Amino acid sequence: MNRFALAFRLPIIVWQGLFFLGPLFFMIAMSFFLVKNYRMEEAFELKNWARMLTRGYVWDSYWYTLGLAASVTVVATLVAFPAAFALAFRVSEATRRWAIFLLIIPFFTSYLVRTFSWYVILAESGVINVGLGTVGLGPYTLLNTPVGTIVGYLTLLLPLVVILQTIALANIDRNLVQAARNLGYPPGRTLFAVIVPLAKTGLIIAALFCFILSFGDFVAPYYLGGSKPPTLPILIIDTTKSGQQWPRAAVVAVMMMLTLFAIAATAIWLAYRKRSAA
Amino acid sequence: MSERNPSSGTLVTRRRFLHGTAAAVGGALAAPYVVSRASAAPTELTMLAWYGHGEPDIVGAFEKANNVKFKPKYYAGGDNMLALIAQSPPGTYDVILSDAEFVQQLNAAGYIEPLDPNDYPFDDMLHDDFTKFPGHWDGDKLFSMMVRFGHLGVSYNTKAISAEEATSYKCFWKPEVKGKVGHFDWHLPTLGMMSLYNGNGAGLWDLDDKKWKAVQKTTMSLRPQVGGFFDYGGTFNSLKNGEMLAMCGIGDWITGVLQKDGAPVASVIPKEGGIQWTESYCIGKGSSKAGIVKKFIQYMLSPEGQVKSAQMAAYPANCITKGGRAALVAADRAEAERTNQVDGNPMDPIALIKNGRIHYRNIPVKQSLEDWNDFWSEYKNA
Repeated sequence: MNRFALAFRLPIIVWQGLFFLGPLFFMIAMSFFLVKNYRMEEAFELKNWARMLTRGYVWDSYWYTLGLAASVTVVATLVAFPAAFALAFRVSEATRRWAIFLLIIPFFTSYLVRTFSWYVILAESGVINVGLGTVGLGPYTLLNTPVGTIVGYLTLLLPLVVILQTIALANIDRNLVQAARNLGYPPGRTLFAVIVPLAKTGLIIAALFCFILSFGDFVAPYYLGGSKPPTLPILIIDTTKSGQQWPRAAVVAVMMMLTLFAIAATAIWLAYRKRSAA
Repeated sequence: MSERNPSSGTLVTRRRFLHGTAAAVGGALAAPYVVSRASAAPTELTMLAWYGHGEPDIVGAFEKANNVKFKPKYYAGGDNMLALIAQSPPGTYDVILSDAEFVQQLNAAGYIEPLDPNDYPFDDMLHDDFTKFPGHWDGDKLFSMMVRFGHLGVSYNTKAISAEEATSYKCFWKPEVKGKVGHFDWHLPTLGMMSLYNGNGAGLWDLDDKKWKAVQKTTMSLRPQVGGFFDYGGTFNSLKNGEMLAMCGIGDWITGVLQKDGAPVASVIPKEGGIQWTESYCIGKGSSKAGIVKKFIQYMLSPEGQVKSAQMAAYPANCITKGGRAALVAADRAEAERTNQVDGNPMDPIALIKNGRIHYRNIPVKQSLEDWNDFWSEYKNA
């Protein structure tokens, strides 16, 4: 690597070192610290790990968070795909650009504000239940349920997944799609045998982003899910609030990081895996 | 045109001359203003408190009268407060508002300065307990000055739960409110209430193993009724929009604000008893502004300060001085009546304390806060 190339790469290396690796190592080290009189003391003790890993509620939160993030990833991927497909293959370049611009607009406003706005829609006296009431249905409890949480996650993530999927699909070589059609593939087979495999990397990366962001999100499960049951980010907050147990919260955070590393590594392996030759 | 300055030999142009003159005149004219502004710069007071205490409705008049400016940092919960102080150098906070049960820990850790009892109106207290509030004194030394209090009990939607039903914590288990009972997300008040419901009375915080297990069992039996766990904002919202029809762990400090807004909610002290939250002011260790902080605490204990505290926009509270109560009745009789702060009212908060229906909030005696929090996490996950 020449000096010029290194100079260009240096900012991101320094940035990642200072603001990712540094804090990560500190967090891992902190998980071994102790808290005495609300003050953290440097130590190398396994007490926090032993305590947190043997608590049933920690594992309940873990599996619940994992399940919720996986569910929203599946839902977001399936809901986003038809829209992304239409934007990639059925509309003009200009329309696609406008659509992507419109999909970005929600990010201009605070996620917290967007989440709170769902109160008006999901409440028992809210828009949905009032609508259902006119045809004699409901009211249904939507707030403070996993449904509310998933709606909150989708508020944040659906536009992002649509954008990433659209970019992945739009970059497919149309000649290959056309060739499949010319060779007599029906539309369904073209989709699953040609389009999806060609866009696989982008589709998996979109799903991965969805999983990572929902796994670590605090706002939706707290404000729309009623913290019932708490997800891991809520557990982190609870742990720090009571007795300022930052080291125990760090244990939960490290658990989350390890999980995300494992899932991200698997996803990237799947995304870039080459098909074995026949 | 240009002239040569004979003394320095430098060239003085017309433009430079005009610039210099303008600067000199401008500076001369501005000097008194700058000097007066500098001399009038308000003294900054750093405050550590629950939300609302550093807002204009509380401190605005004091700031104006004393040329000070409060710089509040808000916390949520005594643990959080202790941690913020522990992580800051001495002198960071001039004035600290603490929940009474945490004052002892503030003092033990050396985070607060002693106060002179002669500076405060102990002879005007509405109740004798307030003059020697638990944990505020270390022997004859005063460390914290109580300024306000409120009571926690059954908070409910008046359309879903009748006033008669609300006279017992049992109403939280009412089948009609299944999935509609909310929790303020803090273990201490809720578990205290469950302890009261179990009949532990004045010993609600002093639980042996058997009683602690019984409290856990009672609390767990409430879990199917629970619709969510909420922070301050969530508690307000869910009660206001009717998502939650009863709320455990709060009192008039939330429903009082909603009532003023027209929401059909109320708080009562049930027959099993209620819990008192108490807020007290301390002077931070190492504060260089102890004199003005003392003046501020005196102001908050004055009739004017007590009325402001009782009417606080963020959350109302009860007066602790006779002068404060009289001023509240005179200034805002409706609020005094709404909160039963009228002499002779059977639900007068002072009468409730004297009758033994109110118990001061404390931390667990035989368990650690961590034990309670662990159970709280289990409960939330159940």
